[in-house]
Amino acid sequence: MTTLSEVATHRPASVPPRVRVRQSWNRRLHWVATHAIGLALGIIFTLPMLFVLLTAVMKSDQAMSASLWPTEWHFENFVAVFDRSPLLEYFANSMIYSVLATVGALLSAIPAAYALSKLRWRGQNVCFMLIVSAMMLPPQVTIVPLYDLWVRLGLTGTLVPLIAPYFMFDAFSIFLLRQFFLTIPRDYLEAAKIDGCSEFQAMVRVLLPMAKPGIAATAMFCFLFTWNDYFGPLLYTGENQDHWPLSLAIASFRGMHHVEWNLTMAATALIMAPVIVLFVVAQRTFVRGITFTGVKG
Amino acid sequence: MATTLSARAAPPPAPAAARTGARRYRTAAMFMAPAGLGFLVFFAYPLVATVYYSFTRYDLINPPQFIGFDNYLRMFTSEPLIRTAAYNTLWLVVVLTVCRVVFALGVASVISRLKAGVGLVRTLCYLPSLAPPAAATLAFVFLFNSEFGPVNRFLKLVGIDGGLWFNSPTMSKPALTLLALWGSGELMIIILAALLDVPPEQYEAAQLDGAGPIRRFWHVTLPSISPVLTFGVINSIIYALQFFTQAIVAGSAAAGSADVAGNSKYIGAPLNSTLTYPVWLYVQGFRYFNMGYAAAMAVLLFVVSAGFTWVLVRQLRRSSHQEETV
Repeated sequence: MTTLSEVATHRPASVPPRVRVRQSWNRRLHWVATHAIGLALGIIFTLPMLFVLLTAVMKSDQAMSASLWPTEWHFENFVAVFDRSPLLEYFANSMIYSVLATVGALLSAIPAAYALSKLRWRGQNVCFMLIVSAMMLPPQVTIVPLYDLWVRLGLTGTLVPLIAPYFMFDAFSIFLLRQFFLTIPRDYLEAAKIDGCSEFQAMVRVLLPMAKPGIAATAMFCFLFTWNDYFGPLLYTGENQDHWPLSLAIASFRGMHHVEWNLTMAATALIMAPVIVLFVVAQRTFVRGITFTGVKG
Repeated sequence: MATTLSARAAPPPAPAAARTGARRYRTAAMFMAPAGLGFLVFFAYPLVATVYYSFTRYDLINPPQFIGFDNYLRMFTSEPLIRTAAYNTLWLVVVLTVCRVVFALGVASVISRLKAGVGLVRTLCYLPSLAPPAAATLAFVFLFNSEFGPVNRFLKLVGIDGGLWFNSPTMSKPALTLLALWGSGELMIIILAALLDVPPEQYEAAQLDGAGPIRRFWHVTLPSISPVLTFGVINSIIYALQFFTQAIVAGSAAAGSADVAGNSKYIGAPLNSTLTYPVWLYVQGFRYFNMGYAAAMAVLLFVVSAGFTWVLVRQLRRSSHQEETV
């Protein structure tokens, strides 16, 4: 990785020694300053999470006081939240929503992304631009008729309106997969087809194994998006507490126990945890995926 | 546009080519079938139907009743809260977009200059953007609360009186902006990747020409990352236009509501300062069941966001075209 400071170290060789000493001092100072700022940034970004965790293990009345460090450590708060609220059910709902939606998105988006990146047909650019538009437009734009549609089908109050569309169309997954597939040379597919593979076989046997990192990144973004989704669940399951996912339940948890900040923060930490674990496990995949959405965008 | 399409246009129709062309279409159609159908059902149809509903009065129970431009007239003349909602969203579009892009660029350039601990700092800055917005908002409402919140405690240490943040009509949107900055890690990573892609020779050349750090940034860095910055600006504008979850959760949590945020009567609290345009659309459509009116609001939102989407689509077409021709 080439960084700017490395670039700055390239100096013409003919610099007199004394100047060189001063430059090396400058450079060291620069190094220290940059790293101090970097460290400070890292800390600032971490502090909110840290305070959430510290508050989560406080006693209830201490969480309402000005002290920042727990006088007693009540790790059982993380257990207590499960007694207060059916968090496990909400967790199950979140898992159902996220896992099924992710599976659905991959199933529907992989062939479409293949057609948009590896086949050549007239109108494919127009199709791709339509998909990008669908991805960019705010969801509120189409929500009135969609809600009407699900009401007529009698499916509001369930998770179906949230999950079902993914099995047919998820613009972001198609977009991201297409960008990944473009980086895989067509030659491999051509070779497979000369060996007698059909287009579909070429996709499944040649492209998919090579595109694993891209597929993993897409799956993770889809999982993350649905896990964090609030608008959809509020709209379709708001009336039916049995189908609430965590994202929706957490906001009401704050309501039900609004004096108990320690438990609210414990619940907040619990709902953030799976996402953070996912990131720590698959950091590289994430970072690669993000750069793909932006640089090619 | 013309070049893109002609690059892909089929060769003159020799009989054999025409046959493979038809087969090609069949294959493509098969691969695109689920997505195409889904696009029609879940995007194209609702988009058209929204326009239709915007000319009706509709409450989900009785059949839609055609009322011409009444919804639009009401929107632009008689309904007072939509102006508040539009103002709040406009505020976010301007302030949040500028802050988010400048902040992400700043953090990314610091990270790009680091030699030690790059991975750690990058991770710490990026992680918050993964937090579920509802949970992150709750955390911020706690951190910024005026009685015992850590933020005001720190501010007091340096002699600043912290204020009411989410409980103050003037401070609630700045507090929401801080929340958005905390979660801007994705944009940071995108800009960081672009910064690291700037050819080092260009910096060397600029330095040999005697350009200082500011001029190097202005004349070397900015031009070469400008496509990514455009993406960041448009992306942030659209993010601000659909700003919903954080606003609705912050509003009702700060007001101490004992209900799911969306069901609460404290939406927009304090004093409608967090009543964004999408929140008001949601309330009109799905709390008051003025579906026709909500559809008219959606049409306006569409018109505004379509303009920005178009800019991005054009840029994307250019870059994907370059990529194909390389």
